[in-house]
Amino acid sequence: MVHPDQVKAAISRAIPDAAVEVEDLTGGGDHLQVQVVSGAFAGLNRIKQHQLVYGALQQELASEAIHALALQTSVPA
Amino acid sequence: MDTSTKQRIEALIASSPIVVFMKGSKLMPQCGFSNNVVQILHALGVPFETVDVLADPDIRQGIKEFSNWPTIPQVYVRGDFMGGSDILIEMYNSGELREQLEIALAS
Repeated sequence: MVHPDQVKAAISRAIPDAAVEVEDLTGGGDHLQVQVVSGAFAGLNRIKQHQLVYGALQQELASEAIHALALQTSVPA
Repeated sequence: MDTSTKQRIEALIASSPIVVFMKGSKLMPQCGFSNNVVQILHALGVPFETVDVLADPDIRQGIKEFSNWPTIPQVYVRGDFMGGSDILIEMYNSGELREQLEIALAS
């Protein structure tokens, strides 16, 4: 399990301009819903947008500290 | 990932126009995210094959490296990676998924 703040920090390190919202769906810290809004996503398809975020969380995902991650990405309106 | 695992993944992806790598089977999904994808494809009424990654640790790890995608499920259409459950849900809700699958299945 990870604290939502750790997830936010990891994403912000990788994507500095990102606005990140993390919701802990079960309170257990391993089923998370994450919304990321960033200009870095401009021109990228959804797969590449998600890969950027997954890249930032590589360690947490590989170790299964995060078991489930629902992800939404978008560019600033 | 060793060469034989890579070849097996390539063969699986090529085995059907729509292939879902998931936890569990079409009839008994073992994870809510995998179930989402199965339900969406059922709702669209398209034919698809599934691969149960829980039954095969090499494929389970290999597909993550193959797609550069750390989570399961993963959906392949005509050999191209289309995304995981979040992307499929988004595309389903926007109508884009139906459109793209119709084109893929007609070709």
